[in-house]
Amino acid sequence: MVHVRTYRLPHYEQYPVHVALFRDVSNAAFLRKQLLEANEDFDYAFLDASMIISLTHLLSASFMAVHRSLTNSLKARTPHSELVFRLHPNNNIGESYRKFGISDTTTALIAVKLSLSQDITAETVAAHLGEAVQGESVQIGDDGHELTNWTDANKVNETYKTPNLLGKNGHASDNTNLEHAQAVILGLMTIKGS
Amino acid sequence: MPPEPTTDNPSTTSTSTSPSEQLLQEQQQEQQQQPQPQTHTHHTLPPPFTHTPTPLIPLTQGAEALVYRTTFLTPSTPAILKYRPPKPYRHPTLDRRLTKARLLAEARVLVRCRREGVAVPAVLGGDWEAGWLCLEFVAGETVRRVLDWWVEREGWRVKGKEGEGEGEEGEGEGEERDEAMLDLMRKIGRAVGKLHTTGVVHGDLTTSNIMLRPSSPSPPTSTSPNASPNVDEEEEDVSAYLAGTIVLIDFGLAAQSLRQTQEEDRAVDLYVLERAFAATHPTAERLFGEVLRAYGESYPGAKASLRRLEGVRLRGRKRSMLG
Ligand SMILES: Nc1ncnc2c1ncn2[C@@H]1O[C@H](COP(=O)(O)OP(=O)(O)O)[C@@H](O)[C@H]1O
Ligand SMILES: [Mg+2]
Repeated sequence: MVHVRTYRLPHYEQYPVHVALFRDVSNAAFLRKQLLEANEDFDYAFLDASMIISLTHLLSASFMAVHRSLTNSLKARTPHSELVFRLHPNNNIGESYRKFGISDTTTALIAVKLSLSQDITAETVAAHLGEAVQGESVQIGDDGHELTNWTDANKVNETYKTPNLLGKNGHASDNTNLEHAQAVILGLMTIKGS
Repeated sequence: MPPEPTTDNPSTTSTSTSPSEQLLQEQQQEQQQQPQPQTHTHHTLPPPFTHTPTPLIPLTQGAEALVYRTTFLTPSTPAILKYRPPKPYRHPTLDRRLTKARLLAEARVLVRCRREGVAVPAVLGGDWEAGWLCLEFVAGETVRRVLDWWVEREGWRVKGKEGEGEGEEGEGEGEERDEAMLDLMRKIGRAVGKLHTTGVVHGDLTTSNIMLRPSSPSPPTSTSPNASPNVDEEEEDVSAYLAGTIVLIDFGLAAQSLRQTQEEDRAVDLYVLERAFAATHPTAERLFGEVLRAYGESYPGAKASLRRLEGVRLRGRKRSMLG
């Protein structure tokens, strides 16, 4: 059974964000291929868990994807690619996918499904991901801290060009700087490319 | 009073891109749809804030921005929504461009400050085209309100003492509280120093744009002579309240100062703050000395800015004499 946690963004409560976390994923290359081929059944944001620093970090990109979708101001092709794009500090969609998206070697995977239409529910998402992803589903609590078990602080710092911002000696498990790091990173995401 | 935001800076307008035809059309449609005569108390917020189940509590309505308290990203993240409504007297295209440039400038400076360790609210999100910005909520009070509260409190404390037949000289008991207040002043001085060290000038450094995030959650309640006859018991509460963090807010007029004008720009920040203190109460003016003392020791160039302040004061006085 696949665990799906549903988050409701303040002000966009009617468009829930469904999130599933997997470990020991063995078919990342297949999943990525579906994205590249724009297989409509695979309309998700598939993220490598190493680049997500907190639930709020993930929800910030989700909010902007929902917002831009509903205000007709998407920069990427779909709401889910917009989500991946919003995470990156620069204006390059390909680079956003390379840094934040699933790669062929991804083993810790975060799958996000924006519920922009009524027929998408936690159940339908769980059912489809159960068939599509070969890996172990990890239950996510309300605070989403499980999402950050695989954070790679060095990679995050490098991508946001913020040396020593997150973690100590590259140990992401050292969360002493997390609040500060998150504050800076949400800011960089918000002012990106403008 | 803070200096009024003056004419539109040409350099900010030239950097922003002109909106597309499509945007223009959308905007015109929007204007036709919206009820035109907007009152001062009611404004139509842009989506998603137009029809939201999440509470939006109006805080202030300034000349440029409407400020609300709300939550953002998670239901347990309190946030500030700052919205710059369109100005009906300005050409729509120009208005949109200016709004975008200013919001973006504000957000950029905030992110820069945050990165460099200046205590400012985090930028949580925004939409420049639509004119809004979401900021981390600072749980605290503006220094303006802290000063008002303190001045009022001083007033009744002195009266109380006179009643007991004591002199006006501060006795031991008041010193601890005074020390807490002076310490707060030093923190303000250092916060401004830290800001200036990063090369940023605030541009509207009034006491309303400096907040105290107290270490003890609620301010001592009694501000009236009748509230607490026992002053001593409150001393500890007051000290705990004042021992907090200073957070600078409202960077709508902030700028990266150029090397050539840096000293002058910094001195103007200090002058604006000095006037704000003076406007509160003569007692508060005395406190400001402590702000400057701490500022002067906070970074290598601070002394030069303080010398420059004297010149700014002189010119300020001349200007007010000329009317
Ligand atoms: N991040 C914040 N946290 C808490 N209160 C805030 C915050 N930002 C603004 N406020 C409150 O709203 C008021 C107005 O906000 P400000 O940014 O100064 O806008 P204006 O440009 O209208 O002065 C402030 O004086 C303060 O009381
Ligand atoms: Mg203000």
